[in-house]
Amino acid sequence: MREQIEGSQAVARAVALCRPQVVCAYPITPQTHIVEALGARVKEGSLAPCQFINVESEFAAMSVSIGASAGGSRAYTATASQGLLFMAEAVYNASGLGLPIVMTVANRAIGAPINIWNDHSDSMALRDAGWVQLFAADNQSAVDLHIQAFRLAEELSVPVMVCVDGFSLTHAVEGIDVPDQESVDSFLPPFVPRQRLDPDEPVTIGAMVGPEAFTEVRYLAHARMRRALDLMPVIAAEFAAAVGRGGGGLVEPYRLEGADLVVVAQGSVIGTLCDAIDELRDEGISVGALAVTVYRPFPVDAVRAALAGARRVVVIDRALATGEGGFLAADVRRAAPAGTPLHGVIAGLGGRPVTRASLRRCLEEASRGLLGELAWLDLDTTLIEKELAGLPGGTDVHAGPHAG
Amino acid sequence: MIEAAPTEKRLLRLDMMPHMLCPGCGHGIVFDAMLRVLARRYETLDGVAFVAGIGCSSRVVGYVDSATMHTTHGRPLTFATGLKLARPDLKVIVVTGDGDGLSIGGNHLIHAARRNIDLTCVLFNNEIYGMTGGQLAPTTVPGAFTSTSPEGNHEEPFDAARLVEAAGATFVARAQSFRTRLFEEVFAEALDHPGFSFVEVLTDCTEYFGRTNHLGTGADLLFAQGREEPAVDADLATRPTLRPVPEKRTRPTLATGVLHRSRRSTLEEAMGLVGGAR
Repeated sequence: MREQIEGSQAVARAVALCRPQVVCAYPITPQTHIVEALGARVKEGSLAPCQFINVESEFAAMSVSIGASAGGSRAYTATASQGLLFMAEAVYNASGLGLPIVMTVANRAIGAPINIWNDHSDSMALRDAGWVQLFAADNQSAVDLHIQAFRLAEELSVPVMVCVDGFSLTHAVEGIDVPDQESVDSFLPPFVPRQRLDPDEPVTIGAMVGPEAFTEVRYLAHARMRRALDLMPVIAAEFAAAVGRGGGGLVEPYRLEGADLVVVAQGSVIGTLCDAIDELRDEGISVGALAVTVYRPFPVDAVRAALAGARRVVVIDRALATGEGGFLAADVRRAAPAGTPLHGVIAGLGGRPVTRASLRRCLEEASRGLLGELAWLDLDTTLIEKELAGLPGGTDVHAGPHAG
Repeated sequence: MIEAAPTEKRLLRLDMMPHMLCPGCGHGIVFDAMLRVLARRYETLDGVAFVAGIGCSSRVVGYVDSATMHTTHGRPLTFATGLKLARPDLKVIVVTGDGDGLSIGGNHLIHAARRNIDLTCVLFNNEIYGMTGGQLAPTTVPGAFTSTSPEGNHEEPFDAARLVEAAGATFVARAQSFRTRLFEEVFAEALDHPGFSFVEVLTDCTEYFGRTNHLGTGADLLFAQGREEPAVDADLATRPTLRPVPEKRTRPTLATGVLHRSRRSTLEEAMGLVGGAR
């Protein structure tokens, strides 16, 4: 049944349906509503015997999650931005130990300068930390992906990060179908750890591994991650069977039939992008979109297949590899058929709205072959030119931007 | 009597007004008292630098017309340590909160105290994470409701002053937003003290702590401090939404004033950065 729910509340309900056993909370905008809602559910008793704990930092949130998961519990936490970076050491520890923790990242820019609004810098910074990364295009997909994340994590013994755009999804109220408990229970069995820290059958978790086996440990983690590419479509199909509708998979095509220009993107920009594509299609421009749902491991084959008919590719990145360009663009370049012109577009940094009008302008330029290899949506060029005058070779001896 | 002359206005960035503090918040009262002390001591703030973390308390630093540095959550004391090593001549004032300074940055607080680095740290304690919407802090009193303790807090809070004293701070004081004169006195003494000086100031979050626990307005909270009643305790116990924890005061009456003072080498003295050749 579809209900009007705030994204964070919907994510909390999806996580609650997965019967987590330990939930760690540390406040950071725009994630906090999720753990607050879970705390309320623990209080009302509907999640018993789930334990909810307020910890002293994000570093503690991930570390407590690791302890809980090693002890055999289904562990969940949520964070964003600086919080994700602060827990980075423990994020690697969780994947290195093969613990199937699920974490929501309510995507937010990284400081300095401090900014609480949405972009993907946080997830991108930890894209190669050994976690599966799933990107939600809307709040329905956020709900569906969280439920599938627990299943994927536990089948592979790999932690999963579900990336949900801060504010534009977490604080947006949308019509969402939250599955019932019975369907979720039929899809997601109780957590059976491959190994647990238990004095009755003592094991050592986290022991030192030297040069003689470290490569093999990493190879095995790599192999488990790659399996996610085969498993995710299977899990999505089983999820569809359990709840009676689709949701999930590696990538999601939109009007790709006969598209000369294909736009690849991820996250909440997909909705706006699809609207822009509808308008451009009405005007006779043959354009389609590809949403990347599973970002790590990157579904190279699925993306390559989707781009087979494209004459030109545009990739929208909501994050910047400073001095380089887009992260997603670099991945798509690897997957695109050789010789296909590819344009990276940096858009929506630090919460700047990505409007349909701007996207249309950008895609019209692209379809006429006028877009550069790296383009910036709605860049204030007057400001940039003034500041660039201060760089070495410019008119000011003191390089760089200034405060005040 | 508090001087009426608004000399502290010249220390403010008036173009940053209006400020972001909520009506009734105690932080503005404390900030105003800080400015009064600074206005009496300094014509300009050229020799003073402020370092702050993240949170409502830390935000006040943005309104001071001085060198101000805004750091990541919990790290102002570490940034300030680097600043003091680079510029031992500066008077460095760190503004932090109970979440910033005692939770995510608690480790740095005890180490700054242990090193006895010569700076002044003012910790605004409002017992809650205000900026993110009222979550449980390591200072929240037992039994109190927050957005992440809907069943009432189970955990014992930190006593920041005792913690910092035990870690080696050489000046430790506690004040209240209600008693601004006391705050002004201890803050001035802290600025004069050579070594790590720490002032905890009890201030109230009306929007989240006050509202969530049905404790009335900013004025109600302020006067509850002033009565030094089992402080807010009496109010808490009569509210139907609060379940008082048996045999436990909800908010113990805390000693205020200068709680500890001693003298030992500061980090800068021990490193030979001051009082001799560098």
